[in-house]
Amino acid sequence: MGKSFLPASCTAAAALWLLSACAPEPSTGSAVVAAEDGAATPVRSQPAPSLPRPELHPGMPGLLNGAELEALHEARERGLRDIEGLPDFGFGEAASPERIAAWDIDIGPDGEGLPPGSGSVERGETLYRLQCVQCHGARGEGSQFEALAGRVPGDRFPFSEDRRYPITVGSYWPYATTLFDYIRRAMPQAAPGSLPPDDVYALTAFILQLNGLLESGDSLDAESLPRIRMPARDRFVRDDRRGGPEVR
Amino acid sequence: MAKNRENGGLPSRRELLAGVVGTAAVGAGAVASAQQADAPKPRPRAPEDPTKMQGLVPRPLGERSAFETPRRLVRVLEPSSSSRTPLQYLQGIVTPADLHFERHHAGIPNIDPERYELLIHGMVERPQTFTLADLKRFPAESKLRFLECSGNGGTAFQNQGRFPNMSPQEMDGLTSTSEWTGVPLKLLFREVGARPEATWFLAEGMDAAVMTRSVPMKKAWDDAIVAYAQNGEPLRPEQGYPVRLFLPGWEGNASVKWLRRLDLSDRPFMTREETSKYTDPLPGEKARMFSFGMDAKSLITFPTFPERLGGPGWWEIRGIAWTGRGLITRVEISTDGGDTWEDAELQDPVLPKCHVRFRKLWNWDGRGATLLSRATDETGYVQPTRDALLAARGSYTRYHYNQIRSWRVESDGQVFFAG
Repeated sequence: MGKSFLPASCTAAAALWLLSACAPEPSTGSAVVAAEDGAATPVRSQPAPSLPRPELHPGMPGLLNGAELEALHEARERGLRDIEGLPDFGFGEAASPERIAAWDIDIGPDGEGLPPGSGSVERGETLYRLQCVQCHGARGEGSQFEALAGRVPGDRFPFSEDRRYPITVGSYWPYATTLFDYIRRAMPQAAPGSLPPDDVYALTAFILQLNGLLESGDSLDAESLPRIRMPARDRFVRDDRRGGPEVR
Repeated sequence: MAKNRENGGLPSRRELLAGVVGTAAVGAGAVASAQQADAPKPRPRAPEDPTKMQGLVPRPLGERSAFETPRRLVRVLEPSSSSRTPLQYLQGIVTPADLHFERHHAGIPNIDPERYELLIHGMVERPQTFTLADLKRFPAESKLRFLECSGNGGTAFQNQGRFPNMSPQEMDGLTSTSEWTGVPLKLLFREVGARPEATWFLAEGMDAAVMTRSVPMKKAWDDAIVAYAQNGEPLRPEQGYPVRLFLPGWEGNASVKWLRRLDLSDRPFMTREETSKYTDPLPGEKARMFSFGMDAKSLITFPTFPERLGGPGWWEIRGIAWTGRGLITRVEISTDGGDTWEDAELQDPVLPKCHVRFRKLWNWDGRGATLLSRATDETGYVQPTRDALLAARGSYTRYHYNQIRSWRVESDGQVFFAG
C-alpha cells in the first residue's frame, strides 16, 4: 500500500468494510473526534497543558450506583467480620514509590497514568510498517491477527446479529486510552513491552487515523488522547443478569 | 467405533483429528493438533495372569496405566491459544491438573518462585509487596470450584447441529474443576489497608500479554482467592504458577494468572480484555460489559459422540452441571427430545460454584432417541434453550453459551451431537 490516504487506495477486496474507514461519510454525523461535551473538535498536537482531565462520562459501565455502593459496603463489612478474629500479620514489605512505578503501567479511561511524550500520525505510520504490518495488514485490515481498522456505516453497532463487520478499534473499542495501554504492555508480539511512550503515542495516533478518528497531520499526547471520543463509547451497558427465572 | 473402549472411551487419534477437521471450517487459521505429534503406538501388553509374577516396585512419581492415554485437545499451536479438557473421559468432579483446560493470550511464562512478588498499591494505606513465602504464611483457605472460559461452547451455539461429530471435549472442554488453595484476598486487602472508597481493582499478570482485568472490589470482600495451589500441589505453569487470582463462579479470563500486581481504584480501567474482547453484543445495538457471572449449565458426558452404545438395555446417562451463582439444585434429563423430563440424581458432594456430577439410569429400547439435560440453580434460573438465548442475545453474541445441548442416539447405538 502506498502513502495515499485517499479512498481510492481502498482495494476492492476491502470493499464495503474499509470504505467508511477510508472515507467517513459526513452524513453519518459521526463526531469522529469529539470533546467530552460532544462538540466535534479536531485533536491537534500540543493542546493547552492546563486542561483538566476529562470527567468520566456518567453512563460508563462500572461507575457504581447507590444500590451497588450499598452492596459493596455491606460486602466489605461482612468480609472484614469474617476475618476479624485474625491478627494483623504484618507480612510483606512496604513498596516504595520507585518500586510501584517500575510496574505501574496501567492507563485509565480518564487518561490517568499516561506518561509524558507525544507521537504523530506520520511517525506512527513509519513504526506501523516496521512493527505491525505483518500481523495486522497494511492498513489495519487484519492479516495473521485481528483487524484494527474499519467503521460500520453510520457507526451502527450490529454485532449481535450481523457478522459482516469485524470488531475493530473504530467499530467497537469504547476508549482510546485502551489502545495506548495495550500497545505499551503487550505489543509488538515479537518484543512485547519494548516500545517507549513516544512510539506508543505515535502508533496509537496512526491506528486512530486508520479508523478515521484523527487527521494525517495530528499528534497525540497525555492531554489529547483521553479526549478522543470513540464511536462505540455509549454502546456498552452493565450486566443485568442476576440469576432468577429470566433469561437475559 | 466400538474399538474406542480400548482406551477408556476416549476418541482415537484418527477420530479426534476428524473432529478437528470438522470444526476447522469455523475457526480461522491453521489447525494443528498436539495429537498429530503423537505417533500411533501399539496397544500396551499385559501378562495373561498378573497373579503369577511379582509387580513393579514403588516409584518416586506416579503415572497413569499404560492403557490410559487421555489428552487435552489443542487446536492451534500459537501463544494465544487453548487446550480442552477431555470431559467425556472423567468421572466424579475433580479434573486432574494435567488435564485442566488452558487458555492464555501470550503463552505460558517461566517464573522463578524465589523471585516472585505480588505488588498491591493504589487506594490503600500501605502499598506492599508479598513474596510467595509471605503469601503461604497467611492462614490458607481451600475450595473446590469450577473454572470456565466464557467463550466455551461458542462453536456449538453458532453452528447448531452442523457439526454432529463433536465430543464434549471439543464442544465444552474449556471448563474444569480443581481444589484451589491460597489466601483470601480480603485478608491481603485488610493487611494493606484497602480504602473504603475503592470500588475496583486491576489484576495484572506476569505473562507477555501482561494480562489485565478490572475486578469489582465486592468480589474481593466476597470470595476471591489469591491461589498458589491446585489439587494439593503448586499450580501448574499453565494455570498461573506460582500465583493466580481465582474468582469463584466468574468467567475464567478474570481469574488472572501469573498474578503480579493489584491496583485499587474508584473506577474500572477499561482494559483491552474487558472492552474489545469479553463483552457480549446484544440486540438493540448494545453490548454487555463486565459480564462476569457464569449462568447455570449442564452437559451430558455419556453417552456422547464418539461413543457407540453396544445394544439396548440399561445405560447410565452421566454428566456435569455447574453455576456461578451458587448451588445447582436440580438437573433434569429428557430422552425424548424434550417432550418429557425426569430428575437426575445429583452425586455428592454438591458444592457451590463447582461441577456437580449427575446420573440417570436409562433403559434404552434400541430405537433412535434424543438426550438432553437441563440444570436449575438456587436462584431459580433454568438453563435456557438455544432459542431463548438467541432471542435474548442474538445469533452472534460472543460469550456465555449455556444453552441446552442435545445428543442423538441412532438405532445402531452411534451417538452424535444434535445441537
